[in-house]
Amino acid sequence: MEIGMLPISASKRGKLLAAGYTTLHSIARTSPTHLARDIEVSESEALEILNVATRTSTLDRSCGSNTNIIDGGQTAWDMFNEERFSSLITTSCVDLDNILGGGINCKEVTEIGGVPGIGKTQIGIQLAVNVQIPLEYGGLGGKAIYIDTEGSFMVERVLQIAEACIEDMSEYSHHFHKDNQAYGVKMHPNSILENIFYFRVCSYTEQIALVNYLDKFVTEHKDVKIIIIDSVTFHFRQDFDDMALRTRLLGEMSLKLMKLARNFCLAVVMLNQVTTKHIEGSFQLTLALGDSWSHSCTNRIILYWNGNERHAYIDKSPSLKSASAPYSVTSRGIRNSTSSSKRIKMV
Amino acid sequence: MANKLINQMALPKSIANIFAARNIITAKDALSLTEFELMELLDVGMAEVTSAMAHISEVVCPPCQTALLLMEQRVRNESLAGHLPTRLKGLDEALCGGIPFGVLTELVGPPGIGKTQFCLKLSLLASLPVNCGGLDGRVIYIDVESKFSSKRLIEIGTKSFPEIFHKKGMAQEMAGRIRILRPTSLSEFAESLQRIKVSLLQQQVKLLIVDSMAALVLGEHDCGASRQQALGWHVSFIKSLAEFSRIPIVLTNQVRSHIGDESLMYSFQAQSRPTKEDNPVTFDSHLVAALGINWAHAVTIRLVLESRSGQRFIKLAKSPMSPPLAFPFNITSSGIVLLDDDGIEMKGPEINTIHCQGQNALFNFEF
Repeated sequence: MEIGMLPISASKRGKLLAAGYTTLHSIARTSPTHLARDIEVSESEALEILNVATRTSTLDRSCGSNTNIIDGGQTAWDMFNEERFSSLITTSCVDLDNILGGGINCKEVTEIGGVPGIGKTQIGIQLAVNVQIPLEYGGLGGKAIYIDTEGSFMVERVLQIAEACIEDMSEYSHHFHKDNQAYGVKMHPNSILENIFYFRVCSYTEQIALVNYLDKFVTEHKDVKIIIIDSVTFHFRQDFDDMALRTRLLGEMSLKLMKLARNFCLAVVMLNQVTTKHIEGSFQLTLALGDSWSHSCTNRIILYWNGNERHAYIDKSPSLKSASAPYSVTSRGIRNSTSSSKRIKMV
Repeated sequence: MANKLINQMALPKSIANIFAARNIITAKDALSLTEFELMELLDVGMAEVTSAMAHISEVVCPPCQTALLLMEQRVRNESLAGHLPTRLKGLDEALCGGIPFGVLTELVGPPGIGKTQFCLKLSLLASLPVNCGGLDGRVIYIDVESKFSSKRLIEIGTKSFPEIFHKKGMAQEMAGRIRILRPTSLSEFAESLQRIKVSLLQQQVKLLIVDSMAALVLGEHDCGASRQQALGWHVSFIKSLAEFSRIPIVLTNQVRSHIGDESLMYSFQAQSRPTKEDNPVTFDSHLVAALGINWAHAVTIRLVLESRSGQRFIKLAKSPMSPPLAFPFNITSSGIVLLDDDGIEMKGPEINTIHCQGQNALFNFEF
């Protein structure tokens, strides 16, 4: 392991190299006093360097025991057990839920992209409402964060979808608990609106600042179970001359979002726009922000028009099969498609 | 927000000095670098960079609201919870009240279909007093192609609201609230917007109309990339203007012919696309909106005006609040009039294609 990989400042690194410490092993053997004298820093700074070095080196030291080979990792079996109980957020469309394996996964970053008017914001709003479905109805009973970069969040529409969701829940409870009047749904559309935290972002700087701040925000609001960014593209599409910088900033932002998803066990949904690309001699549609960005999400769903119907296609996922399913956007929100043959097409 | 100065953010003195020494003055400078790059540049440890950035991010980050708060604010402070009624019953119902505040509404259609007529009516509606369903405010009309006709404006006014306009001096008062600007270039347009910003802050201007956006942009650059960039910047600016002043902004757009015999598809769709020999090349006389796909994403509401077999339709092609509905309309002496308030729902590619068939009489005035 090289000194160059330690997260310490450049000048300290330079001093270490100048004094002849090139590997972690060489630092590990000295005491803070010797190190302080060799590289001419204070003892507390030397101690800090040693702590960083030991922390980094434990990560790749093998102890030989079966269960704890690497500190801080998790075995695949533990992960499998966790995933069995992992939470899913329904999209209110059965076909769409089916190809997603039950719904949008918490702990994962899902990207949804499509042409204007296909229903990206609609799905975003539907998810912000559905995450609040109480546990008794099979939901998560959580809150939502909606980050609006384009101004497409229309409160009237959220109210419509919230009212429809409550109606569906009371119909469900009426159907299954016909004899028990006490199961009436006590939710009010206003309480659904109250549980959606709304941020309006007007520049890419604000977007990056907000993603940085979310760590603190979600720590203070532990019941947030979904973060929706609508859309992640808008501010990064204009104003950027340096494309390499854009790629680096987007990369850092997506890493932070993945960390948020994993640490707080919530779902991150990013909505993306489309652009045209010249592939194999013809122009084709593809999601915006470039090729490096397409690696940044765990799952990728593309919404498109198939004849007269809206369809969703799973473009990339580590665990889901590539399939497409029809859905429709109604006055009550996202629902099943009205076509008579509701087949799921496996590609 | 992004231009906040770092030395005014109450960071610990030592780190604030280091930021200044490396010429990172505003929050934007700091946030435009990754944390690793900052660590290299400032020559401090990762932990310090992370905590400084967390502090800066918290200061720069936009305030948090809840959706409920938004709704209550709008119901309380704005007329009709943030809508400008168009007096076209079917359209107003579909839009939950009318043209929404704070977002961009686009009017697109072939020449002579009625876009400017619609804009004239809207400017009148915004200048009317509140008890007549207006916004009682000033209107800024950016007239790029010199299509504004004050004579026609007064005619629409007198025919649609005779009880107001026949009163002495009212016509002058209403028409006096509409200011027409004629910028000849995109940069001049941006300058006028900067000046308008002040009146927006003082809340006198209640509606901004740009007729037409396409003429401003397309007249300017030949090359695709620089035009897209210029458009992108102006769109962002207009959007933020709409957002912070909470007024409706209506922009008109032109059409262009659809090149190619098939619509664009994704790569996974290409596998199931029928071969070209099966489909004879059809020359459909349909058009598409100009200004590109970025623009289509940027507008929140898109109203398409088209004509099919001699009948004109106004289509709600993109709206977060309603399904894509098409309403037949005519242009009369009192402006646009809907023939049917229920609207026909459209699906699929029909939503965005623009027809221009059978439009022999450009204006079918009924007197």
